Amino acid sequence: MTFMETRNPSKLVFVALCLGALAVYPLAAGSYGLDLVSKIMVYAVFALSLELLVGATGLVCFGHAAFFGIGAYASVLLSPGSDAGSLPWLLLASVGAAMLYALFMGALSLRTQGVYFIMVTLAFAQMAYYIVHDTPLGGGTDGIYLNAKPVLALGGKPLLDLGEAGAMYFFTLACLAAVFGFLAVLLRSRFGRALAGIKANEQRMRATGFSTYPYKLAAFVISGGIAGLAGFLFGVKDGFVNPELMSWHLSGAVLIMIILGGLGHLRGALIGAFAFALLQEFFKSEAIFGAFAKHWTLGLGLTIIASVALLPRGLVGVPGQWRQRLVGRPGAARGASTTGAGQ
Amino acid sequence: MSATNDNILLRGQGISRRWGGLVAVNQVSLDLQRGEVHAVIGTNGAGKSTLINILSGEIPPSGGSVQLLGQDVTAWSQPRRARAGLGRSYQRNTIYPGFSVFENCRLAAQARTQKPWRWWQSAQHCQASTSAAHAAAARAGLADQLDRPAGLLSHGQKRQLEIAMCLATAPQVLLLDEPLAGMGAEETERMLALLAELKTGHAILLVEHDMDAVFRIADTITVMVNGAVIATGTPDFVRNSHEVQAAYLGGH
Repeated sequence: MTFMETRNPSKLVFVALCLGALAVYPLAAGSYGLDLVSKIMVYAVFALSLELLVGATGLVCFGHAAFFGIGAYASVLLSPGSDAGSLPWLLLASVGAAMLYALFMGALSLRTQGVYFIMVTLAFAQMAYYIVHDTPLGGGTDGIYLNAKPVLALGGKPLLDLGEAGAMYFFTLACLAAVFGFLAVLLRSRFGRALAGIKANEQRMRATGFSTYPYKLAAFVISGGIAGLAGFLFGVKDGFVNPELMSWHLSGAVLIMIILGGLGHLRGALIGAFAFALLQEFFKSEAIFGAFAKHWTLGLGLTIIASVALLPRGLVGVPGQWRQRLVGRPGAARGASTTGAGQ
Repeated sequence: MSATNDNILLRGQGISRRWGGLVAVNQVSLDLQRGEVHAVIGTNGAGKSTLINILSGEIPPSGGSVQLLGQDVTAWSQPRRARAGLGRSYQRNTIYPGFSVFENCRLAAQARTQKPWRWWQSAQHCQASTSAAHAAAARAGLADQLDRPAGLLSHGQKRQLEIAMCLATAPQVLLLDEPLAGMGAEETERMLALLAELKTGHAILLVEHDMDAVFRIADTITVMVNGAVIATGTPDFVRNSHEVQAAYLGGH
């Protein structure tokens, strides 16, 4: 009898349903809806990248917007002026640029721990922010426009043109599905289990024989690369980048997404990104709030505080919380003491 | 006095550790042999845990050297020493409470076959670590608890799990920091039987406060007071030593 990771088919079904719903959504959506959901899917990819660090490895990175911004800026800066760039090359270059900065940032910041780590990652992100903000490289506060969106061409024939909203939507969806699948596989591998061990008790992992620093650095670089992918998608979708993509507001927002959704679950990042973005739209809506809509941050902030207070395990934990309320604690019949149970 | 004796698996020579002006460990030398339980006893603050931390590589010594299997490992990191065959358990429970008992053991065993680049393969399909985990759990008497979350185990079972996780890494040297702490009489008996069985293949350093247990199971006892060794020898020698009686056993 081998212990298997609690493989719950309902989780798989949930994720498949979500992705399926996203795949048929364009049939019913107008251009506004398509653009909004494209944006949310980009945020979901971004949130998944941070979940690998915060939820899976226990490293609270507060500078994740740096990688997002670098991916976005790379997609624009590396595009050839007025011609459409090559999609595979631009994608790889953007992800690669973000990974390089993650390697540099991780190599130094992972020497610190806890709140120092949070502050050092923030500092590195601010550094990137000021580089694009205050040097001619990034076009300053005005940002830069992408003149022609990348295409995937085979033998001169364009197969996929990201200038088209529909193509952009499905390409983003494919990236989201691929990232989700990749992380799900990664987290059950030896590497992923080692990350879980580091989160639970890093000292014990070292005593057992794991050099934890390379593991954490690898997780940091992979996470940075995925965030770079999200940034690339964002830059291409909007055709415009500005320094705000690297600001700490965005680092904070993505952190809130995964906390709102529920840390420690990939689904949490997915749900959190949708919940956050839809709440934002809701509170910004003048149709509902009238003149008060310009104070949308107040409503959003209060809602987030309330949900974190009421749902300590995030939105992912809601079904479990209801089951507990209706049926009682799972495993309570066993009569075992629950002290020290990590979950 | 060279390390030609193949049975000496771990040797500490002249180990010192200073924290500012405080000398926590002062010129301690000891040999751990295969087939032997070497107990280190002493009052609280005598430097026993600091000594284990230095031997396992958790903190560097201020002076002295550590040899593992005949190699000087003083400059090695803790993970490297662990991979070379040095296992340790902690005074407080350092299990992974959210994982199952089996996964605790399996993850420990994985340290031997890390292969982090095989990202597509499920860790549960890692033959080497799953079989090592089964063997270690069975040896520590946890074979019927494999699927339970480790956090739900009783205190004694958690101590057993500590040992099982240690064994799962296939170490040659075991550094055990108070494995009997907080155990009931029956659990203590089971643990002592396990230690007696383990010592045939391992060199064991045992830091323990339970004097009855120590004098029963140890082959060699080292007594520390204020960071320094005041006596080393067989249980009988230590029991009859005047220094020990004066400094430690007091009224005995």
